[in-house]
Amino acid sequence: MTTVNLKAASVPIRENRLGSITGFSGTAGELVGQARKGCLKEKVRSFSQCLGCSTSNAACTLILIQDSAVISHGPVGCAGCLHEYAFTYRVNGVHRNVFEPTERRIFSTNMDERDTVYGGAQKLGDAIREVYRRVHPKTIFIITTCASGIIGDDVETTANEAEAEIGIPVVAVFCEGFRSKIWTSGFDAGYHGIARKLIRKAEKKQEDLVNIINFWGADLIGDWFKRLGLRANYLTPFATVEQIATSSEAAATMQVCATLGSYLGASLEQEFGVPEIKVSPPYGIVQTQRWFRELGRITGRAEAVEVFLREEEEKWLPEIETLREKLKGKTAYVTAGASHGHSLLALLRELGMEPQGAAIFHHDPLYDNGEVAADTLQNVVKDYGDIKHYNVCNKQEFELVNVLNRLRPDILLARHGGMTLWGAKFGIPSLLIGDEHFGMGYQGLVQYGKRILDTMENDEFVKNFEKHAVNPYTKWWLEQDPYTFLEK
Amino acid sequence: MSGLIEQQRFMCSIGAMQSVVAIPRALPILHSGPGCGTMVAGFFERSTGYSGGYTAPCTNFSETEVIFGGVQKLENLIRHSYKVLDSDLQVVLTGCTASIVGDDAGQVVKQFAAEGKPIVYADTPGFKYTNYESHSVIVNAIIDQYTARFNKEKKPTDPKLVNLFASIPYQDPFWKGNLEEYKRLIEGIGLKVQVLFGPHAQGTVEWQNIPRANFNILISPWYGRNIAEHLQEKYDQSYFQFPYIPIGGNETTRFLRGLALYANEHGAELENDAVETFIKKEEETFYEEIDNLATFLLEFRYGLPSYVHILHDASYVLGMARFLLHETGIVPKEQFITDKTPEEYQQNILDIGGSISDKKKIPLYFQADAGLAQETILAANHEGRGLIIGSGWDKDLARKKNCDFLSAALPSPYRLVMTSGYAGYRGGLRLIEDIYNQALSTYR
Repeated sequence: MTTVNLKAASVPIRENRLGSITGFSGTAGELVGQARKGCLKEKVRSFSQCLGCSTSNAACTLILIQDSAVISHGPVGCAGCLHEYAFTYRVNGVHRNVFEPTERRIFSTNMDERDTVYGGAQKLGDAIREVYRRVHPKTIFIITTCASGIIGDDVETTANEAEAEIGIPVVAVFCEGFRSKIWTSGFDAGYHGIARKLIRKAEKKQEDLVNIINFWGADLIGDWFKRLGLRANYLTPFATVEQIATSSEAAATMQVCATLGSYLGASLEQEFGVPEIKVSPPYGIVQTQRWFRELGRITGRAEAVEVFLREEEEKWLPEIETLREKLKGKTAYVTAGASHGHSLLALLRELGMEPQGAAIFHHDPLYDNGEVAADTLQNVVKDYGDIKHYNVCNKQEFELVNVLNRLRPDILLARHGGMTLWGAKFGIPSLLIGDEHFGMGYQGLVQYGKRILDTMENDEFVKNFEKHAVNPYTKWWLEQDPYTFLEK
Repeated sequence: MSGLIEQQRFMCSIGAMQSVVAIPRALPILHSGPGCGTMVAGFFERSTGYSGGYTAPCTNFSETEVIFGGVQKLENLIRHSYKVLDSDLQVVLTGCTASIVGDDAGQVVKQFAAEGKPIVYADTPGFKYTNYESHSVIVNAIIDQYTARFNKEKKPTDPKLVNLFASIPYQDPFWKGNLEEYKRLIEGIGLKVQVLFGPHAQGTVEWQNIPRANFNILISPWYGRNIAEHLQEKYDQSYFQFPYIPIGGNETTRFLRGLALYANEHGAELENDAVETFIKKEEETFYEEIDNLATFLLEFRYGLPSYVHILHDASYVLGMARFLLHETGIVPKEQFITDKTPEEYQQNILDIGGSISDKKKIPLYFQADAGLAQETILAANHEGRGLIIGSGWDKDLARKKNCDFLSAALPSPYRLVMTSGYAGYRGGLRLIEDIYNQALSTYR
């Protein structure tokens, strides 16, 4: 079975393609068991708060490509938060060797009421030509929105016509918010467009090149790769269109987060013959060893990897031991997207801490590569044992607030903005780390452990904040079962 | 290009959920696609207030609702919102999805209102208005569906009480500070004022009391006009309009004198001596600072900005340009109004812009597509050291033009604004501080 079909204009959403869900309450082991038996069932909530949107996640894979321009086809509001990526590009460029970051060119077709009646295709066509005049990019992406989706604008045809006219790839990316409750479907949409129109069939192979599908973390892996005679090809933030086009020449693809890279990793393997590393990414010692050995096997560097692992162990193990003594038995709660959340659970276990539970935004029973060995949650459970209070909850703040009030962990680890606030309001030290590479490898374990320790020790701010924090949640709600509104 | 917009500096209709967030203990409830709430929060940044951003209940429209309608889901959502969240006022806002499929959210809300819940709804699909316009839609919805409930009989008006409609919460980054200064000034001349939004409002009681006011104050060239006109029609309240944000000595005094005159024409019976004493004291405080600064402005020999481009909404462009020319000596060059001002208001704004200086004409452009505004500025050539006042998008432009840069419009990721304001006497001083601190910080 393959989930990749680059002939289709759009990629099916995760609910349909992978059978992913957004509602579950139980233990991690139970969830993995259900996934293996193929009996995961989506549960509906009768109360819900604002989710995220596929369009912003698609945007996040596209806007940070160095020489591209992005048009949001819809009302102006659908591009409202995209300026955040312009900031990210400017600020993080330096970590990825982009020292003179250019402005991010983000456009909206500014759909109005008339367009919803007569259609917005003409406006989009004009917009593409005008954007080409202003920017002269190497490619133009069009991201769709609820409004353009519902009224049925033929964005694919408009894009293809414009492409023929201006002579650069014009990529229609279908990521309407209403189509999926799993906003990571937007990543898939962005990568589908990239794989469909930007990546070329390889004419030659570069045996030392490894694709790394990531967000915008610092270039830690690149340094490790140098020691192994490898080069990192980061996809897609901060890459050029040409770098993306030649990703098919790489010897392997790795993902820092399978939630992010599932579809592109599988596309590169199935359509372009680039093998994907199908084990969990290197967070925690067990996975770091497993992952590097797999890298060594695929790239023919098994011996070099053993040397590398030995060196890393010698360098970092003493410090890891010290941290473990200090953190032993401390409790934590995790809220994050799926795969990276699993990685954080592994980190906590490695540091001798006790994850009391997790609120993870969705669950994919398998990723697009179809490999059971790639199931990051299963690997955590197998390596470290089961996790109680494992909930799948797409950023429903009210549930998180309720759980935190009950469990009162020593620390809250969050991967997404907006969530640490609710730990802090209950006086719980709360930590968000933006750089997804921060916890990788032996070094990452030390870095993360230090930050956790630091956050727990310096709790004066949250303790004071708790005394004065405003809480809009009712007393009634805080006394209910957190999953009261989740279908039984 | 009438359609395309690069670097937007405003939101679509549903962006006015921030106006709800700005009312003490009010709760926005969205009947919209899953991303609208977080998109709004992302545009405005650090602005979720009591219950905005991820906290706002949302039906998260999915394909099922697109096909079958989402009215039942909305009813459940509202019912459960009462259990989960504490609030004094709920405002249901509809997004593109609900409007395109034709859900009757109003019918659902009316059921709850009939049970006595303080709930209202507003039709705010993103394709219909900008948030500058839908701010009025929301305020009028609250007036019609909430305020009206407390005013079945015509209550006696308080001749000294006024309602203020000025800064749009959050869209104006200085709204809290501005409202605080307006309140201080208006009370300074002897009136009582309901500012309705933010920490200086008395919560929903002020909204209940809107009809008790003698008249309304509108500080804006165009947005909010629909509110003032609506109240005129509904409660026979007239309004005093000051057509731009009054900044600094001249304009704040002009605002206060105009207001005092208007109030007295409408029976407020303010004491003229007290009004003049207040203004005199305020002006003295203001001009003492200008006096102290003048040597610096006139003599600083290492370079200070001599001209300015402003990219902001109509109220700020008019107010800042006038202030900077007359009270600091910075000359306004090409100015850009980025709020997508409806055509019907444009001529009046051009007329006001034409009166900024008796000596020179200041070019004023309506340009919601700030990418094009930047093209014009890039091509412009002026002698001296330039200043650009705009949004975070303009940081690069300023670098390219070698200009000083002050971030004062949204989105503004390079700046933190909490309670500082640019309106009034105090705001003028604050604006001067910010401009020259930016300029001085280039010397190291």
